Amino acid sequence: MLELKLADYKAEKQPDWCPGCGDYGILSALQMALFELKKDPSQTAVFSGIGCSAKTPHYLNLYGVHTLHGRVLPTAQGAKLANPHLTVVAVGGDGDGLGIGAGHFVAAGRRNVDMLYILYDNEVYGLTKGQAGPTLGFGEKTKSLPKPNPQGRINPLLLAFASGYTWIARGYAYDVKGLKELIKEGLEHKGLAFLHVLQPCPTYNDLHTKEWFAPRLYKLQDEGYDPYVPEGLPPEELDRKMAQFQEKAAEWGERIPIGVFWKAEVPTFEERLKAYLPRYPEVYPALGQREPLDLEGLLKEFAL
Amino acid sequence: MDDFTWRVGGPQGGGIETAATLFARAVGKGGWWVATKREYHSNIMGRHSYLDVRLSRKPVEAFRERVEMLVALDGETLARHLDQVRPGGALLYDPKVLDLTVHKLPMLDHRVADALSERFGKLDPSLKDLLQAYVEAGVQPLPYPFEEVADRIGAELGVPSLQARRTLNTIAVAASLHFLGFPLEPLLEALALQFRGKVLELNQEVAKAVYREEVPKLPFQLHLNGYEPGRVYLTGAQAAALGKLAGGLRFQTYYPISPATDESTYLEAHTAFQGADVAVVQTEDEIAAVTMAVGAALTGAKAATATSGPGFSLMAEGMGFAGMIEAPLVVTLYQRGGPSTGLPTRTEQGDLMFALRGGHGEYPRLVLASGDILDAFLDAQKALAWAWRYQTVVVHLVDKFLASMAQSLPKEALRVLQLDGERRLAPRQEGFGPYERYAPSEDGISPFIPIGTPGGFYWMTSDEHDLVGHITEDIPLREYQMEKRMQKLKTAQEEILLEDQYTLYRDGEVLVLGWGTVKGTLLEALDHLPGVGYLHLRLLWPFPKIAHLLEGKRLVTVEHNYSGQLADLVQQETLKRVHHRVVKYNGRPFTLDEVVEALKKVLAKEAPERLVLRKGV
Repeated sequence: MLELKLADYKAEKQPDWCPGCGDYGILSALQMALFELKKDPSQTAVFSGIGCSAKTPHYLNLYGVHTLHGRVLPTAQGAKLANPHLTVVAVGGDGDGLGIGAGHFVAAGRRNVDMLYILYDNEVYGLTKGQAGPTLGFGEKTKSLPKPNPQGRINPLLLAFASGYTWIARGYAYDVKGLKELIKEGLEHKGLAFLHVLQPCPTYNDLHTKEWFAPRLYKLQDEGYDPYVPEGLPPEELDRKMAQFQEKAAEWGERIPIGVFWKAEVPTFEERLKAYLPRYPEVYPALGQREPLDLEGLLKEFAL
Repeated sequence: MDDFTWRVGGPQGGGIETAATLFARAVGKGGWWVATKREYHSNIMGRHSYLDVRLSRKPVEAFRERVEMLVALDGETLARHLDQVRPGGALLYDPKVLDLTVHKLPMLDHRVADALSERFGKLDPSLKDLLQAYVEAGVQPLPYPFEEVADRIGAELGVPSLQARRTLNTIAVAASLHFLGFPLEPLLEALALQFRGKVLELNQEVAKAVYREEVPKLPFQLHLNGYEPGRVYLTGAQAAALGKLAGGLRFQTYYPISPATDESTYLEAHTAFQGADVAVVQTEDEIAAVTMAVGAALTGAKAATATSGPGFSLMAEGMGFAGMIEAPLVVTLYQRGGPSTGLPTRTEQGDLMFALRGGHGEYPRLVLASGDILDAFLDAQKALAWAWRYQTVVVHLVDKFLASMAQSLPKEALRVLQLDGERRLAPRQEGFGPYERYAPSEDGISPFIPIGTPGGFYWMTSDEHDLVGHITEDIPLREYQMEKRMQKLKTAQEEILLEDQYTLYRDGEVLVLGWGTVKGTLLEALDHLPGVGYLHLRLLWPFPKIAHLLEGKRLVTVEHNYSGQLADLVQQETLKRVHHRVVKYNGRPFTLDEVVEALKKVLAKEAPERLVLRKGV
């Protein structure tokens, strides 16, 4: 691989996000994280759903796959399982991941494929002009809504936890440095990492703005919160960790925590696949068929 | 006897499938060619199910309306299959069921019970009345107390009753074959294919014990037909799975759905064989199944998914995505009775138009349909090869009838095809810059490097895009990309061998057109229909150029759907009028007899434009 500079990770294509959009910060943080981890662009794939945030892959020099609305996770998992040597990142908005893609969000947690999922949460459907997203609270009314939101909010962290994500964190789009560190940690985590990013939408969300977030945010790790859950933790210790997680994941209002909430050691789906594909991941689907098929052997059970 | 069908009916979950497989293998070991069809309800246990095993002196894949021998493992079978045994045929049943009455059969549809009440002029006819009707129709009753026999043999062998009764299926098959005067040896060999160890020993002892008893000789007997080694007996779902393996499949996704799941579970179960180590992933739904397969394909893995109608509906968006980003993808569609949940375990060819057109917008897709078990094996290989050659979606149409049908075939027919058309890899690029994934190409097929190819990178998007895969709404780029993608259809039509597009089995003034699993029935029907030709369509899209073959013919389509979807397609694509549409949509496959009868009407110019066939149980 060539010696790449930070700028090499940035594609020529200019982002078409609104001025001041939180997406810029996330893009920069992702670009910096990939650079600092010296990721080879040709071994890295960023997948996205549909929406403003889903344009992210186009602004990075690597294999970028802009999929369908809500379908980023299954597509990304397919690529990662077929070629486990790839670095795979999935990105998308709150509507993409927790609205239309909610079923995939939950199912991905059950598998624990080794990749990072970054959810850009601005609580609105930006590209369709600001309808309520699945993370906007009940009764909340952004300026783009004709009436207060009649539906309730999903807590992405709690849903990720219930689904089995093994690394769960929250970052803030305007804290680019902190976000970069979280992305790096998420990329290095073995298993499915979920990074929830608070991403103000300056155009449609006038409730949860930069000014609203700034005084509320605090860093969990500054307060000594330890997210690490080693394998085989005694049950009472695990209970304590879970209670601690739940308390912090539910905290929303005067104080809003960011940082790493949960970091558990659980076998990845790739490791689980080994049970019936003994040569996996050394021999993986993207390599193609390496040996001729033993058709003769397979036909034995059908012999008359 | 040259043509013999044995039918076994009983409750689902009671092992009647095991019985049919055992029977088929026993006569197969005795040299007969066999085909087995399976009818069952969408139910785990208890509802009526039956299988037909048809024997022939040559390879066979069609089924008769009536059978020569019916084995009723319960009372309901007697009620449902009245009139289904040929005069002179035999009925093997347990006399203990005769005390039952039709309205006390808990799983029998009220419609059937009421029809029997009317027929017998009684509120609640007993099975004795039914038996009498069988006898009056010339069927020889063979009372055989299966459970009593099991207990008696169990006692002889010193085996507890519960264990002995687990061999009821073997007893039913052994008794059938014994009545037919068929030798014991092939049955013992068939048991050895089915069971191992102590279970095998017990079943073989049971079979021997059945054979030791004197039974009346039937007027028709089943003799050996000269065993030749080198035959296999397998189902359509198994053949499709094997075909995928032979085609180099590496990644398969699925969401459980009847009748498609058998293919995926077969693959899951056989990963230990050399070259068969396919990653099989059960997904949360069919949307994930199709998109996950696309993701895998983008890395260079031959990927596929298998589903049935309801799942295929969900896959429409993912297939469009594959078409747009030019990902090679195979979707095996096991059609079943629709619309909606429809008839989950019954057959239909109702998804032809949907396979051709389903989804928004236009993208090139190839659609091929398998006519029988061997086709399923060969077509699965072609589907994979074409998906990679044309970098697009290939829909492989099969159906429930084929999935659950089993057939004996010469093993050498199952061959691995050497297909041209592996993916076109472009040489690695120099320096650092994006790869032109969607570069201009006369045949519509651009060079492709999979994700992870060292030194490369580019983008893919479900939006319209430029040469490196960035979003564009630019007019010339849009027009160019649309034309480049759609050009693949023309390229495919030119490149795909005619023998893979259609087969004119026989020409005739009356020309029947068919697709998919009507093939076996029509090929055998030709033997009874001089003057009738048969054109079997293998490739449904791009639609083969067949207009010249239809010139001046009286055209008839035969298909398992309501509207005659092939007829519409033929008319649209050839501007030739289809004169008669023979259709069937009751979920049961055409019988040879009803098709021959319908086509005889056509020959005699007595047929209306639309003939609906309604046979089946």
